[in-house]
Amino acid sequence: MKTMLFSFLRTVRDSLRDLAPVILVIGFFQLVVIRQPLPEGIDLLDLVTGLIYVVVGLSLFIKGLQIGLFPIGENLAREFANKGSMLWLFAFAFALGFGSTVAEPALIAVANKAAEVVAEGGLIEHTVAAQEQFAFTLRMVVAASVGTAVCVGVLRILTGWPLHYMIIGGYVIALTLTMFAPEEIIGIAYDSGGVTTSTITVPLVTALGVGLATAIKGRNPMLDGFGLIAFASVMPIIFVLAFGLIGV
Amino acid sequence: MQFLTILLDTVLDVLPIVAIIFGFQYLVIRKKVRHLSTVIAGFGMVLIGLVLFLLGLEQALFPMGGLMAEQLASPDFLPMVVEGVQRHWSDYYWVYIFAFAIGASTTIAEPSLIAVSLKAGEISGGTINPLMLRIAVAIGMAFGITLGTWRIVMGWPLHWFVLGAYLLVIIQTLLSPRSIIPLAYDSGGVTTSTITVPIIAALGLGLASSIPGRSPVMDGFGMIALACLFPIITVMGYAQIVRWKIKRMEKKT
Repeated sequence: MKTMLFSFLRTVRDSLRDLAPVILVIGFFQLVVIRQPLPEGIDLLDLVTGLIYVVVGLSLFIKGLQIGLFPIGENLAREFANKGSMLWLFAFAFALGFGSTVAEPALIAVANKAAEVVAEGGLIEHTVAAQEQFAFTLRMVVAASVGTAVCVGVLRILTGWPLHYMIIGGYVIALTLTMFAPEEIIGIAYDSGGVTTSTITVPLVTALGVGLATAIKGRNPMLDGFGLIAFASVMPIIFVLAFGLIGV
Repeated sequence: MQFLTILLDTVLDVLPIVAIIFGFQYLVIRKKVRHLSTVIAGFGMVLIGLVLFLLGLEQALFPMGGLMAEQLASPDFLPMVVEGVQRHWSDYYWVYIFAFAIGASTTIAEPSLIAVSLKAGEISGGTINPLMLRIAVAIGMAFGITLGTWRIVMGWPLHWFVLGAYLLVIIQTLLSPRSIIPLAYDSGGVTTSTITVPIIAALGLGLASSIPGRSPVMDGFGMIALACLFPIITVMGYAQIVRWKIKRMEKKT
């Protein structure tokens, strides 16, 4: 129990370390550069309690993942890497990428914001239901893209194809789609590539990559384990652009 | 009440990954989970943690990013201009300084980046300096965000910038030592933590709604994308400098 509490406090410290520079920079700008009272509707006390929620919430979230999800997920990843059944390996790779992205906090945040903005811009109906629908669909599209990305990454580890040609190929596809996609979706599409790779997805997906690279002869776990995440940040761009093309 | 609605949504968010992990565990691998009670406690923490985070997100992170954008781009704060005259982009210099400071400071202290850079230093056998690598990533990130704010001020389309960045990445990839490439590509993803993403997103959207003639839908997004691309370029640039230095040393001896 005591060690548990200690390791939780360490997670809190890490979250605080993430937050501290933000507070310092914003505080400096507020006190030295802007020197104006906070505008109506923004209350300092609300901000402070909100930040406490963020730090405690994120710490609980990460700690819970570490004791609950990651050990099983990593174990499963190793089992499937060694099992030898291609079909199950790819099914698991897709499910892992998909499932972990759906719950990614940064993606939830950006998807909700995107829905709000799109509704204000008049592209979808300005109702709560329509916004929730848009945010949900966007997250599903991104999650499916990360699932696909992990499959492609697994395929790369199995075949040993060079990473950079595949990534450059992904860039070319993304840029080609950009020319045809509706302009409103472009910014959201490129941003969704950056939000997928944070708290949950990276550890689980890296475990799968490193497990596979260790199981296969002639692969370097350090080099080949890394590549999966690179795909997970290009594929969402392609999928969201395609989603915009097909119809919002 | 708000807590309960968010909790319900969050259960639905976490459900897929729980179903996937346990489904594969019990149906395909068919092994018992060890320490089941700890695992369940872990999921409880994940749920409550995510709910608290989302509450704090709405209450603090989004407002903070938006507030800074609004204040730094408000006409009261900017230098005076004659009525009706188009503002020059350089008037927004505090916005660029703020963007650079936020980008650099959040990245240099990022725990996962520290871990990755130490590992990279070990693998390279001392040729890569972990601190220099972190600085390279931080400069890339800060430059990416600053460029993102400048793009919003100018109102130029995002895809030109992405195209330019992609071309740089491709050229750099062809010139760089092979071993750094996967690490470089990954460093782009490492920079965007769960805390910084919402603030950057809100900053971009806030700028796009405060600056006359810009719309949040068309101009507000794209900061995160650029913040992810430029670290790739600077990390490969750093690797090239290291290689060049080693070559020069060898020539001397």
